[in-house]
Amino acid sequence: MSPAVGFQDATAIAGIAQTAFSKHLEPTEAELACTVIVDACSDAGIDPSEIDALCSYTMEATEEVDIVRNIGCGEITFFSQIGYGGGAGCGVVGHAALAVASGQAEVAVAWRSRKRGSGPRPWTSTSVQLRVPGAWTRPFGMLRPVDEIAMLTRRYMHEYGATRDHLANVAMAVRKHANMNPAAIMYDKPMSRDDYMASRWVSEPLCLFDNCLETDGALACVIVSAERARDLRHPPVYVHAFAQGLPPEHQTMVNFFNEDPLTGPAWACARRLWANAAFGPEDVNVAQIYDAFSPLILLSLEGYGFCKRGEAGPMTENGNLEWEKGSLPVNTAGGGLSEAYVHGFNLINEGVRQMRGTSTAQVDGAETCLVTSGEGVPTSALLLRR
Amino acid sequence: MSNAAAFSGGYVANRGPSEEGYLMPAVDEEGSFFWEGTLLGELRIQVCNSCGKLRHPPRPMCPSCRSTDRGWKQVAGAGTIWSFVVPHPPLLEPYSSLAPYNVIVVALDEHPTIRFVGNLVSGPEGELNEIDPATIRIGEPVEVVFKRFHRADGSEEALPFWVRT
Repeated sequence: MSPAVGFQDATAIAGIAQTAFSKHLEPTEAELACTVIVDACSDAGIDPSEIDALCSYTMEATEEVDIVRNIGCGEITFFSQIGYGGGAGCGVVGHAALAVASGQAEVAVAWRSRKRGSGPRPWTSTSVQLRVPGAWTRPFGMLRPVDEIAMLTRRYMHEYGATRDHLANVAMAVRKHANMNPAAIMYDKPMSRDDYMASRWVSEPLCLFDNCLETDGALACVIVSAERARDLRHPPVYVHAFAQGLPPEHQTMVNFFNEDPLTGPAWACARRLWANAAFGPEDVNVAQIYDAFSPLILLSLEGYGFCKRGEAGPMTENGNLEWEKGSLPVNTAGGGLSEAYVHGFNLINEGVRQMRGTSTAQVDGAETCLVTSGEGVPTSALLLRR
Repeated sequence: MSNAAAFSGGYVANRGPSEEGYLMPAVDEEGSFFWEGTLLGELRIQVCNSCGKLRHPPRPMCPSCRSTDRGWKQVAGAGTIWSFVVPHPPLLEPYSSLAPYNVIVVALDEHPTIRFVGNLVSGPEGELNEIDPATIRIGEPVEVVFKRFHRADGSEEALPFWVRT
């Protein structure tokens, strides 16, 4: 596989912003989106009128035309959306970077604004969600994303001997990092192994603390050329490499219908990502791994090559995923499990803070960061570097 | 079908839940042979008429040979449990009243990469929660049974459930 031409380190994330994270925020998703985009421009030191590219999730409620009319953009010459919910996040930033690197645009913004805390749970819709593939799963009481991922998790545990203690290691590492981050919803709520084991089942083998939060919040980032970024307020955070991944015969969230359901989109994404990069997984100092559910971190550690297949459980042992002694600290702001669940965009901003040296769980001397999006759905990933 | 939706994805109908409130499949053009089969007590799988490869869920084109010439074949309906979960609330009714219940994925003996989501029950009238989840094991042999559901409009569906062999 040949690397992407002319992309490596050609662009940088120059500005980031986020709203408060809460179970309920008063402003609408549109107001949160506009506010956070303007704030990200301020962080970069760029006027919103300079924005000429807008990249978002297909699930984003606020369309580009409304962003432009509210925040006072000039002429937008590139706009794109990516599907598959939490699989989109790094792809949204990646498309923005591709637009800038190819010269289609000069100031690109990517964002996600979502009131998942106060809005309805999507799985409660019985009209939309019964379409294929839901027709093959939901009549049998497999109603929620957690049921779908629990099915893969049980099989994973069966094949490789992974245990609930391994899932607890993941949830506890991420919670520990949230406890260091005043912006995290779980900032003041420590969690012990006993707390984890005593929590109620949601879909066996997954318990409450294997599930992400339900959050209102919005985040955005600004992408410009590396050359321009060097003249702005913050040290540039280079977009070193980007990839998306959609493997053969994949079925979103219910990936039970192909040869090897336990090698999901992360594997396909990783092959392209590492082909595009000048370094490999052994050179990654810190990782932000999509964690709508704790087992997605196990699957992703394997998919992105941090351990061999089936070895992610043992890799979580001895605090190996924790700041500051672990070999690969993950989700250093608390991730979706304990900071906020905004379809993984908080993982992107935390990756930027790690590269700026401003994380509340700063990995000493970190120069490279992997950020991933949803596993179990067509996905995407970014390699950031200082 | 009279209430066919003009939909580019080929949807035939989402005719609503059973009388008890169980979700029923929204049957599309590709999958209608399957649900016609379950009403006759047959487990049918889509087959490529060009290269003979089976595929599930049904779709217009064979990913192996790119033929759109497709049909179906009946299979015996014997398999093993590939994985299972035990959902607890919050859920939708009537599922939440039955929780905790089981949901299983079955791999067919004849075609181990053809898998079905279903429920382990004791017989064709069985409920989702009648088997003690603590007794369920990956690898257990099972065979298909068909449970009939009725809608308020008089229409019927039959869902493939699974019993221990």
